[in-house]
Amino acid sequence: MLKTKTFVKKTRSGGVMKIVREHYLRDDIWCGSEFCVECKQDSPVLQKEACIESNLCPFTHYLIPDTNVVLHQIDILEDPLIKNVIILQTVLQEVRHRSGPIYKRIKDIIHDAEKHFYTFTNEHHSETFIERLQAESANDRNDRAIRVAAKWYGEHLKNAPAAEELKIVLLTNDRGNKEKAEETGLIAHKCDEYVKSLIANPELVDRLALTSDDSNEITSSKLLFPEHLPLSKIQTGIKNNTFLQGTFRASRDNYLEATVFVHGEGEDSKEVLIQGLQNLNRAVHQDVVAVELLPRDQWVAPSSVVLQDEGPKDEDEADETETMLKSEASEAMLKPTGKVVGIIKRNWRPFCGMLSKSQIKEATRHLFTPADRRIPRIRVETRQAIALEGQRIMVAIDGWPKHSRYPNGHFVRNLGSAGDKETETEVLLLEHDVPHQAFSQAVLSFLPKMPWGITEEDMKKRLDLRQLCVCSVDPPGCTDIDDALHCRDLENGNLEVGVHIADVSHFIRPGNALDQEAASRGTTVYLCDKRIDMVPELLSSNLCSLRSNVDRFAFSCIWEVNHEAEILSTRFTKSVINSKASLTYAEAQMRIDDAHMNDDITRSLRGLNKLAKILKRKRIEKGALTLSSPEVRFHIDSETHDPIDLQTKELKETNSMVEEFMLLANISVAQKIYDEFSECALLRKHPAPPPSNYDILIKAAKSKNLEIHTDSAKALADSLDEAKLDGFSYLNTLLRILATRCMMQAVYFCSGMDSDFHHYGLASAIYTHFTSPIRRYADIIVHRLLAVAIGADCTYPDLMDKHKQSALCNNLNYRHKMSQYAQRASVAFHTQLFFKSRGNLNEDGFILFVRKNAIIILIPKFGLEGTVFFEHKDQKHSPSLTFNEEGPTLTVEKHTFSMFDKVKVTISLDASNIQHQKIRMALIEPVIPGVSVAAPVDGPVVKRPKLDR
Amino acid sequence: MAGLELLSDQGYRLDGRKPSELRKVQARMGVFAQADGSAYIEQGNTKALAVVYGPHEVRGSRSKTLHDRAVINCQYSMATFSTAERKRRPHGDRKSSEMSLHLKQTFEAAVLTQLYPRSQIDIYVKILQSDGGNYSACVNAATLAVIDAGIPMRDYVCACSAGFVEDTPLADLCHAEESGGGTSLALALLPRSGQIALLQMDARLHQDHLDTLIEAAMTACKGLSDVLDSVVRQHLQEVSVLTRD
Ligand SMILES: [Zn+2]
Repeated sequence: MLKTKTFVKKTRSGGVMKIVREHYLRDDIWCGSEFCVECKQDSPVLQKEACIESNLCPFTHYLIPDTNVVLHQIDILEDPLIKNVIILQTVLQEVRHRSGPIYKRIKDIIHDAEKHFYTFTNEHHSETFIERLQAESANDRNDRAIRVAAKWYGEHLKNAPAAEELKIVLLTNDRGNKEKAEETGLIAHKCDEYVKSLIANPELVDRLALTSDDSNEITSSKLLFPEHLPLSKIQTGIKNNTFLQGTFRASRDNYLEATVFVHGEGEDSKEVLIQGLQNLNRAVHQDVVAVELLPRDQWVAPSSVVLQDEGPKDEDEADETETMLKSEASEAMLKPTGKVVGIIKRNWRPFCGMLSKSQIKEATRHLFTPADRRIPRIRVETRQAIALEGQRIMVAIDGWPKHSRYPNGHFVRNLGSAGDKETETEVLLLEHDVPHQAFSQAVLSFLPKMPWGITEEDMKKRLDLRQLCVCSVDPPGCTDIDDALHCRDLENGNLEVGVHIADVSHFIRPGNALDQEAASRGTTVYLCDKRIDMVPELLSSNLCSLRSNVDRFAFSCIWEVNHEAEILSTRFTKSVINSKASLTYAEAQMRIDDAHMNDDITRSLRGLNKLAKILKRKRIEKGALTLSSPEVRFHIDSETHDPIDLQTKELKETNSMVEEFMLLANISVAQKIYDEFSECALLRKHPAPPPSNYDILIKAAKSKNLEIHTDSAKALADSLDEAKLDGFSYLNTLLRILATRCMMQAVYFCSGMDSDFHHYGLASAIYTHFTSPIRRYADIIVHRLLAVAIGADCTYPDLMDKHKQSALCNNLNYRHKMSQYAQRASVAFHTQLFFKSRGNLNEDGFILFVRKNAIIILIPKFGLEGTVFFEHKDQKHSPSLTFNEEGPTLTVEKHTFSMFDKVKVTISLDASNIQHQKIRMALIEPVIPGVSVAAPVDGPVVKRPKLDR
Repeated sequence: MAGLELLSDQGYRLDGRKPSELRKVQARMGVFAQADGSAYIEQGNTKALAVVYGPHEVRGSRSKTLHDRAVINCQYSMATFSTAERKRRPHGDRKSSEMSLHLKQTFEAAVLTQLYPRSQIDIYVKILQSDGGNYSACVNAATLAVIDAGIPMRDYVCACSAGFVEDTPLADLCHAEESGGGTSLALALLPRSGQIALLQMDARLHQDHLDTLIEAAMTACKGLSDVLDSVVRQHLQEVSVLTRD
């Protein structure tokens, strides 16, 4: 049984514990080379034709990178040119320990058969395992292990036939390691030397990460930042509470300010404010850092100034802007303030952005400005600066030395011309981490084979509901129809209502590549002119989509209700349906309203509509909130795909009709799966917001002499209903928009991992997502759970594992959040395109928020929000501003702005910064001399928008 | 990245074993002269000592006596120094009582108790060093001790643990693997007949995985039985050399 020959014990001490572990050494670990005849391996990974053309190594060679090369030069290793690389187990373990994302990337490379990367388990090989010597550090031991393994390879393959030419090349950037390797007769090169010697691809040099050795030459010796503390000191500090650990969040508006979110137990989480370059100390957005609190007398208030890093021309130039931060602040506004003392974990990813070309001609070092304002500018070295001008590119950070104003990075890839619709879409998808590449062959291989049809076998397992008068109601142009409805009279006088949901889980089986891909995407992302599907189109727009007049599989939820919309019984079943009509909201509304129509579909719709109204009334009585957020819809030109008109979405009665039944189905299913699987039901909750969130809403209402109660959802809903002002009907909508901003995010969770299930917004004790499995992965899981609960499908291990499900929920929550951001970014981009083509527009708007130096305005016609600044850097004399916290009001010269004031603005596109084009608003009315502008007339004349609705 | 990688992509476990491989087993019988039978076993870093007394008259209360077979009395304990963390282990704590009970059930299934009616067999096992698979080491040590005592058994009882990592069953778990999360199962097998003497699992496991896990544990048990068999044969040889004249 045991193939071990030798038997070594490895001792690892940590703290007081002495851990003894066994460590078996084997002699059945193969070298993985095609040359070798000794090793009994099936399919060797390393090729015979292992030649990367290089001036330095003009012979067949296998590369062995050390840990730091893998950690820092992963972009190089990922290049298709680099093949036949031996990754030692020692290296892999160290990488795993030091960086999760890089570990994943190197593993992806190893799995790619084209790359011929071989993992050699050297730590368990009887001839390459070494024990740590006395007084040898763990790092030195690992370096030695790498050299021993490289040496072993050389000797092992020397005996192989036809391998005379073959050499092993060690890649290391560590001088000591290189010297020691050369002493023992190994060929060792520094990574950059090797890459520069490559004949085939000179551009690869651009992707080299700058190592600390290089950066010495390019920056002044002056120390700009305090030293980071070593991890051991940080850990001690955190233990005795002198330091706090938290996530660094850079401010979007002010590059000299950030907050560190310190995770505490329960309510204990808090935020620490960090101000000034020195205190920020090279932390980058999303890093996990250690902070030290400053003494109380040095605490400051968050500045409400907007500051962007224009980048001093000269590195040595002192940052004078920092003094601007120091504003007078009342005692109450002071926040715990601290400074970053060390970095616990970097969270760098490749960033999209643009190159700001150096002023000096022929220079190879340039500054890169990321699209995300929270990320500092990055210094990169490239020879293609001219070619990259005006292009969106991707850059990765390599490091941030303490004497450098900016982090160092390297070019990863070119995304295309800035301003180009395709490129910008790509950028916003990348920036929001939306997986959007085409589905792989592996994924597509799990699709049903066409032509697809329903078999006898299928019919046996399903209820045949094809004779029912089912129809679907969706927005116009919808091709992924997940839901359809029916309603009919029963003989006993009651009504039967059915919600039929596309049976996606029939087509996506647990665990296969298709399922994994869908789980990873988590949701379909809808951009203004593009949809990024969660599942391949064949399913989303065809086989799963409940189109009219075709037989489709459905998962049906059928209730018997009386005329008071009380549920008498609930039934779930897998079914086959044949939708009689795919209607739009408007079409459905027309049928309901048209007294002449009296066909089955119309009667079914009327029944549904009647019940929906009762359901909605009941829900609102229970305290459900009806909130509002202006949603924008573009009319896209069918040829140029440019937006030609912009309007807010109009809600019809039928929208709410469909919504009501979806809610009902979701609640019924949530209850069912929770009853059946109390530990692993996937549910959705919406926590009640902390009372302080409502402050702004209460203040705003008070300024209009209205009262908003926020003790409970019911109180809030009722007081919102009563908050009306004669002659200002839009006020109620504004209050609801504001209330929406006070809410928390709704999240998915696993019932076994949480105890609070309440859905605040819907005032429901339990809730889940069941009704959109084509575009949300959570619904697929819920379908599977429900299918098991009713015995229609079998279970599988991961479905019942609450930890795995909890991890899945985290991913889904993340993807949903990112998809929302991506959608908003897409709307913003299209708004810009729209204004670019339309020129200036003069519109009426309302003040949504009042800030210290600006007012934020909502244009109801477009659902567009914009900021009017009253301070400009280039202006000689700014107007006098008085900000009153209590109102809140802002007095500019002699005019006082308060929330909800009606104003008139001119809207235009500010394209001065190509990377951050933005909508600019300028005040027309009220007229304030020196502040407001005259209404421009060059824009096309527009009809005065109807505001009162 | 937290946690240990229990199984590498190349298919090696933390200590270098492949998923189905057992740890190194070393065993000796007759280590303790006063007792009727005794054995010492090392399975990797888990070390156990088993001592058997009997069959003898039932001690203590007579009411325990069974008229058709022998009573088996098991006692399990762990040495204070057996784990990395030194702690006092009072006698009869919940864990050891449970383990004692499991051992009793295992050996009631294996020993031909009906040959010794109205008598008692005592089996004492002590874990000297613990590194996962305590139950299996105890069963294997006790088997050897029972054989050493010359008490007839249906077959060797071999025990082994098995666990699950990313859909791969691992045999004979060490402590790091046991505590690394995931479900583990202990199985005692009578290898020749393939009968299961005891099967114990505390955590939840999906039904789909149960068969593969039991399969893995059974294969491991069979492997162990070969090792135990060779230990017994070697012991016999040594003893017969000593008693030849
Ligand atoms: Zn070989």
